Amino acid sequence: MAKHETPLLDQLESGPWPSFVSDMKQEADARAKNEKNIEYQVAQDNIEDLLGVLELSYNDCTTHWKHGGIVGVFGYGGGVIGRYCDQPEKFPGVAHFHTLRVNQPSGHFYTTDYLKKLCDLWEFRGSGMTNMHGSTGDIIFLGTTTPQLEEIFYEMTHKLDQDLGGSGSNLRTPSDCIGEARCEFACYDTQDLCTHLTMEYQDELHRPAFPYKFKFKFDGCPNCCVASIARADLSFIGTWRDEIQIDQEAVQAYVNGEIKPNGGAHAGRDWGPFDIQKEVIDLCPTGCMKYENGKLEINNKECTRCMHCINVMPRALRPGKDKGCSILAGAKAPILDGAQMSSMLVPFIKVNKENEYAEIKELIENIWDWWMEEGKNRERLGELMKRQGFQKLLEVTGLDPDPRMVQEPRHNPYIFWKEEEVPGGWDRDINEFRKHHQR
Amino acid sequence: MAFVSSGYNPDKPMEDRITDIGPRNYEEFYPPVIKKNKGKWLYHEILEPGVLVHVSESGDEVYTVRVGTGRIMSVTHIREICEIADKYCDGYVRWTTRNNVEFMTDSKDKLQPLLDDLKGRKFDGGSLKFPIGGTGAGITNIIHTQGWIHCHTPATDASGTVKATLDEVFEDFQNMRLPAHLRISMACCLNMCGAVHCSDIAILGYHRKPPMVDHAYIDKMCEIPLAIAACPTAAIKPKKVELEDGTTVNSVEVNQSRCMFCGNCYTMCPALPLADKEGDGLVLMVGGKVSNRISAPKFSKVVVAFIPNETPRWPTLTQTIKKIVEAYANDARKYERLGEWAERIGWERFFEKCDLEFTHHLIDDFRDPAYYTWRQTTNFKF
Repeated sequence: MAKHETPLLDQLESGPWPSFVSDMKQEADARAKNEKNIEYQVAQDNIEDLLGVLELSYNDCTTHWKHGGIVGVFGYGGGVIGRYCDQPEKFPGVAHFHTLRVNQPSGHFYTTDYLKKLCDLWEFRGSGMTNMHGSTGDIIFLGTTTPQLEEIFYEMTHKLDQDLGGSGSNLRTPSDCIGEARCEFACYDTQDLCTHLTMEYQDELHRPAFPYKFKFKFDGCPNCCVASIARADLSFIGTWRDEIQIDQEAVQAYVNGEIKPNGGAHAGRDWGPFDIQKEVIDLCPTGCMKYENGKLEINNKECTRCMHCINVMPRALRPGKDKGCSILAGAKAPILDGAQMSSMLVPFIKVNKENEYAEIKELIENIWDWWMEEGKNRERLGELMKRQGFQKLLEVTGLDPDPRMVQEPRHNPYIFWKEEEVPGGWDRDINEFRKHHQR
Repeated sequence: MAFVSSGYNPDKPMEDRITDIGPRNYEEFYPPVIKKNKGKWLYHEILEPGVLVHVSESGDEVYTVRVGTGRIMSVTHIREICEIADKYCDGYVRWTTRNNVEFMTDSKDKLQPLLDDLKGRKFDGGSLKFPIGGTGAGITNIIHTQGWIHCHTPATDASGTVKATLDEVFEDFQNMRLPAHLRISMACCLNMCGAVHCSDIAILGYHRKPPMVDHAYIDKMCEIPLAIAACPTAAIKPKKVELEDGTTVNSVEVNQSRCMFCGNCYTMCPALPLADKEGDGLVLMVGGKVSNRISAPKFSKVVVAFIPNETPRWPTLTQTIKKIVEAYANDARKYERLGEWAERIGWERFFEKCDLEFTHHLIDDFRDPAYYTWRQTTNFKF
């Protein structure tokens, strides 16, 4: 017998898509039965109360969670988000219901052995509910009490060799696409760069010293599966600068209908036979391809590496061999001044594992120095770039201006010339001027 | 229940303390076939919706079965995933960036038993535990935020709107009939911790009433200058207010006509709540993308200014989304993303084909970028 009636939520148990309500109910039942005789460290019926408070929200269409209080683990300023219910008398099991962010392994690969240990810990010391995963990429532990925070952290670090993720005004947990692990398009090792920078910047991740949040995301190619260009302060997007590798025999196999185009992604509808002219050549945004006499030619100098032809014919075309990444800066969601996409800062850089990504780290640290000095409270990098100008970003990073950084040149002639750029400087003698120009 | 110590000593927090160790290294978690062939993959193919094969230059193959899951997940459910991965995948499993689970195996023989097993598993309430799909030119899992289950600022629920929407478009999770892939994302307030602003279809929770001011408590609960500074439209100013008991307190006044309901003041100050049953609901945005394929990444555009919170299944929301998906499926060209289609036919035609009303709310009036969305040409369609 459920502790709270949930007639509205019950209606979310039907339909084909996995029901989170059914999942919560199965966890509530498991806790009630407690077949393993676990000495639960937070309320055994907390999921009953979580369903109850959610049902209340479904009735009055408002949330019943208060702002987070300042809770955390000793020495860290991030990783834990305080959460309190605004109806604690009705739902005592979730009166204190804090979130922990657990830094996910890059690429979101797991062994079941590790996952089971996480589950055991969270069932014992928390609600047993998680998010797999949070928006930024962390494993989210949803709901525990203040006295359990240090205990969870101690067990996690001592028994699971596992640390917390980021929250607040610090480096948020970096995340990446699947990359070279299982994708033929990846132009650099996203998992390695993501992990390396996460380890390098542990202090920045755990101890908020920034004006606001800062995000790194790593996409292996311009398809951008982890959406770095839309949501990372620094977006690392794999690319190449030589020629697309062509296997002409495989091109023929596509043309002859022997291989399904686009990896079979359009198999749900009869689109007619594959037409290389219409589906590849004519859709190339730069018009740099032609198919004549059974041969595909690409004018690589004109190619902007959009990935369309490679996506359509992955068995015939591959990215070039001289690979690296582009680095773009300043993406953010709309709060406050409107959404921003990342802007091209470094058109191409080698992703150099051998020297532990020294060039990339130098760039990051130069940007951080500027942003920490000049950024206002709660100002994202993209907003500072808008406020102080792209030129300032070039100045602090020591990068040379390049037409690849802009969509088009400026629309107005209001150039902020620097004194040193103008011969003779700006100090002039008005009396000397008046000798030749009467008042 | 008795408190069980982990070994942590609160009197000596630094004793044996381990910090700054970061995540577990990804290499520990690669299945052997992935570890062996990393960086050597030649190509992939979708064998059927939700089932992929990747082929390496070594000749090795890895078969992947992709299944949808709720983002909110119990340890019981994770253990069931582990049980399946132990049985068919040598104890390895992974998640995608869009909250799908991927079971991988290095041989085709193990594929069919795995698929059969997954298809048979259902929750007591009747829904599938592991629907197979989410690949190719279709709709994959909807990424989302917390909503009413765990957040203090939402204007709607996240898990519920997502479940209702995925039930409505479920066929397109398991079918690849669309012109291109279609990404739906959900954020339950303007803070957009889900960063949905570049999605083919974005479901966004939205408030429509300015904050109330809890005069008696605001100076005790908040740093008033921070609340004032938090307002992007400078709609909040300091004010002395006389309470009913005659005492005068420091508080604020909200210029209501300047409020665009972002809730940033509430984020900084709990004495300025916005949430309201009639005021809150959803905005629909469409036409965004993050891929650089063919055209540049795009922001999503607001095409429905308000949909009420119709709990528990949000029928207006899900039917409107269905209508947009069908219009796109019927009219767009192969490979064309929703936003590319809308731009090619023109937004005036988009509203017509999707049978959506165009209201004044959809014309941008927020700062400089607004101008660039108005039409500065005589070219339009009747």
